[in-house]
Amino acid sequence: MADSTRALARRGATQGSSVTPGSVTPWEYAPAPESALIGRIKPRYRMFVGGRFVDGRGGDQATINPATESELAQVSWASADDVDDAVRAARRAYDTVWSKMSGLDRGKYLFRIARGIAERARELAVVETLDNGKPIKESRDADIPTAAAHFFYHAGWADKLEHAGFGPHPKALGVAGQVIPWNFPLLMAAWKIAPALAAGNTVVIKPAESTPLSILVLAEIMQDAGLPDGVVNIVTGAGDIGSYLVNHPGIDKVAFTGSTAVGKKIQQSLAGTGKKVTLELGGKAANIVFDDAPIDQAVEGIVNGIFFNQGHVCCAGSRLLVQESVEDEVISKLRDRIATLRLGDPMDKNTDIGAINSAEQLSKITELSAAGDAEGAHRWTSPCPVPDKGFFFPPTVFTDVSQSMRIAREEIFGPVLSVLTFRTPDEALAKANNTPYGLSAGIWTEKGSRILGMAGALRAGVVWANTFNRFDPTAAFGGYKESGFGREGGPSGLAAYLDTDSDTADEGAA
Amino acid sequence: MAQRRTSTATAKDAATATPAAAPTKATSVKKTAEAVTAVRTSSRRAAARAVSSDAGGGANGVIPAVPVLKTYKLYIGGKFPRSESGRTYPVRGPKGEFLANAAQASRKDARDAVVAARKAFGGWAAATAYNRGQVIYRIAEMLQGRRAQFVELLVTAEGYPAKTAAAAVDASIDRLVHYAGWTDKIAQVFGSSNPVAGPFFSFSTPEPTGVVAAFAPQDDSLLGLVSVIAPIITSGNAAVVVTSETRPLPAVTLAEVLATSDLPGGIVNILTGSAAELGTHLATHADINALDLTGVDGELRTALARDAAGTVKRVYTPHRTPDFTRQPGTARLRAFLETKTVWHPTGAVSLAGGSGY
Repeated sequence: MADSTRALARRGATQGSSVTPGSVTPWEYAPAPESALIGRIKPRYRMFVGGRFVDGRGGDQATINPATESELAQVSWASADDVDDAVRAARRAYDTVWSKMSGLDRGKYLFRIARGIAERARELAVVETLDNGKPIKESRDADIPTAAAHFFYHAGWADKLEHAGFGPHPKALGVAGQVIPWNFPLLMAAWKIAPALAAGNTVVIKPAESTPLSILVLAEIMQDAGLPDGVVNIVTGAGDIGSYLVNHPGIDKVAFTGSTAVGKKIQQSLAGTGKKVTLELGGKAANIVFDDAPIDQAVEGIVNGIFFNQGHVCCAGSRLLVQESVEDEVISKLRDRIATLRLGDPMDKNTDIGAINSAEQLSKITELSAAGDAEGAHRWTSPCPVPDKGFFFPPTVFTDVSQSMRIAREEIFGPVLSVLTFRTPDEALAKANNTPYGLSAGIWTEKGSRILGMAGALRAGVVWANTFNRFDPTAAFGGYKESGFGREGGPSGLAAYLDTDSDTADEGAA
Repeated sequence: MAQRRTSTATAKDAATATPAAAPTKATSVKKTAEAVTAVRTSSRRAAARAVSSDAGGGANGVIPAVPVLKTYKLYIGGKFPRSESGRTYPVRGPKGEFLANAAQASRKDARDAVVAARKAFGGWAAATAYNRGQVIYRIAEMLQGRRAQFVELLVTAEGYPAKTAAAAVDASIDRLVHYAGWTDKIAQVFGSSNPVAGPFFSFSTPEPTGVVAAFAPQDDSLLGLVSVIAPIITSGNAAVVVTSETRPLPAVTLAEVLATSDLPGGIVNILTGSAAELGTHLATHADINALDLTGVDGELRTALARDAAGTVKRVYTPHRTPDFTRQPGTARLRAFLETKTVWHPTGAVSLAGGSGY
C-alpha cells in the first residue's frame, strides 16, 4: 500500500512539474477510510452460553477503540458462576448431542460457520480493527479470511479422524477450556474452536478482555448456523476468569495462547490433574539475512516480520541477524523502507501500522525500548507522523544490539526491531538458538543448501525461508522450548484435541 | 558377526519359536534354578558361585575359582563413573539378601549427565534415520547375545520365575527391534507436505525434542526400562534415565549393552539412586526439554510435573500403569517430538509470468 501511495505521489509530482516547471508539489495525502458503520457495532455485547446471549454477572466493562481511546461498546463480563454455567452447558452439549453426532454432520456445521464468516467478512474486519487497532487491510486480508479457512479446513477432518495418524479410533477429550489473546482475536478463536469441534469436543472459550467483540459476532454466526446449544460457549472477562476456567474441574482439556509467564502458571496449576494441555506462548524470533540474500526481498520480509500487526505477533521476527558484510546496505535500505510506512488510523485502507492494542502494552513497549537506550543500543525511529490521540508507537530499529541486552532477549510485542550481526553461519545459528524461546525463525539466502541446513538446525517450530509470517490451516504452527507445546493446524494440530493414546495399552498423555 | 550368531543361535531359535512363553534351553533352566537356590541361601557368595558355574566354571568336585564380582556404577557420557559423591546404597534381592552396592547418584551426577546428553544430542539428532535404526538394532543384537545373563539377573535380583524372566528379556529385545524399524518411518508417518493456499512449498517434519529426563518404572526393571528408553532415542533425543531405586542392577548391566552397541556416549545416561532426590533437580534443570514420569507416581509425580512448568518442559505421564508386555502404540514416540514447519516461496519456472519470489 505504501508503495502505491508513493508511486501516486511520484506521478503527481511528475504531472505537477509538467504543468508548472520547476515547482514540485506532491499531492496531498488522501485518506481512504473504511466505514465504521459496516461493523454494526452495538452499544452492548453479552456473553454466549448454552446457545443464548446472556448477561454475565461480572458487571459491564467498556471496550475501547485503541486508535481513539474512546469507548466502543459495553461488554457484559462473566463471573465465576457464569463459567460454571458455561462448563455445564458444554458438558451437556457434549453428552447429549455433539459426541453422538456423526463426524460428517459435525463437519457440516463447521462448513456453515466457515461460510458465515466469509459472508460477514467485511463486517468482522471492521469490528476487529475498531476493537483491536490493527490496520483494516490486515484484518480484511489476513485475519478474517484465514479464520474462515481454519473452519473450512477442519470441517473436512471431522469425518476423517481415523486417517489423521493417531490410531484407528481417535476419541474426543470432552470439554475444552480455551483462553486466547488480543493480537488476533477472531483468528485465534478459529484456531482454537475449529479443531476442537472437528475432533468432537465442546468448548468454553474466553477472549481477551480488550478484544471481546469479534468472537461475539462469531457467536451470532454460530447461532445462525444452527450449531447445537452449548457446543461453543463464550465467557468474557479478564485474567481471573481465564484462570478460573482453565482450573475448572469440569473441563478435560486446556488450550492457551498468550504470554510465556501465564503459560507457565497454567502448566504449573494443572500439574497432576491429567488434563491435556497445549500452550502457544511467546517468541523472540531471529530473522537471519545472509550476504547472498536477495536484499530487496529480504527488506520487505524484515518489515513484514516485525511490523505486521504492530509487532503484536508471537512469531514476529524481532531479532534481525544480518551478516556483517551487508549490514550497512541492509540497514540503510531498511530505514528507507520503514520511513515509507504509514502509521495512523487503522480504518484507513492505506495504513500500514495501526494502534497499539492497549495503554498497558504501549507502556511495556516504551519501557523495554528505554532499556535498549540505557543498555547502549542505538535507536532509530521512523520520522512518520504519530497521531495525538490513541495508542501509537512509531516503527523503531535498534542497532549495536548485543545478545545480553533485554531488547535482544525479551519479547517486546511491539514495532521494535533489534539488529545483531554475525560473520559465519555457525555464529548466526548459535545466536538464533540462544534464547529460551523457539517459536519461529527466518532465513534469507539464495543458496538452497544453506536454507535447508539452517532450517534443520534452527530450534524453532516454524521456519520461513525467503518469506515471513505465512500462516495456513494445513501447516502446523507451534513452538519449541519455552514457546510452548502442541501444534495448531495440520494433522498434528488435531492431536491437541484427541485422546491420541487410545490405540495402545501402554498409554499416556502425549 | 558369524561367531556371535553361532553362540546365540539356540537362544534365538527358542525365542523365535514361541516368543511369548519363550521356553529356555535346558541349561538355562538349570542355571536359573541353581541361581534361585543360591538366592534362597541368602548368600552373596552362593549366588556368585551359581553365576560362576553358569559361566562354565567347574563342577565335578573341583573347587570353583573365586568369581570376580561386578562393581555397579553409573553410566554417564559413555563412561562408567562412580557417583562423584562417593555414595553407594545396598541393593537387596526379593528375600532381602544383599546383592550389590549401587552408586547413589547425586545432583552433581545428574547435572553431569545432562551436560553429556546435551553434548551428544546434536550428533545423534543429525544422524541419518537409517543410522539410528542400525544402532538401535545393534542394541537388540547385543542384548540377544547377553540373553542368558539378563535372565539370570532378573531371577536373582527380582525373583522372577525363570519363564517370566526369559519372556521379559525376549520382549525387551523385540521392543528394541520394533523401535529400530521406527527411526526412518517417523517423518513419513507424522510429517506432512502442506497444501497451503498460496505459492509456497510448506512441509512439516517431526524433530526430536532434545534432552529427556526419564524415570524408569520401579518394578519392571528391564522391559519397562527398555520400553521407556527406546522411544526416546529412536527419534533422536538424548536421555537421562533414573532407574528403579530398589532394582537398579539390570539397568547398569543394560548400560554395558548400550556401551558396546555403537550408541554414541551420552545419548543414554543411567543414574541409579533415588528418584525423589534427583527428580527436582532434573525437573527444574533448564537444559532438559522433557520429562517422562512413568516411574514416579503420587505426590512426587505431581511435584515434578509442577517443577517442569518453570521451563515449559513437555511432560509425559501414563494415564494408568502401563502394560509393557503389549505392543506399544505411538504415544511415547510422539511425546518427545516437535513438529517443525518450513516454508519457501515457489516461483514460476519461467519468469515470463512475472512471478519470481
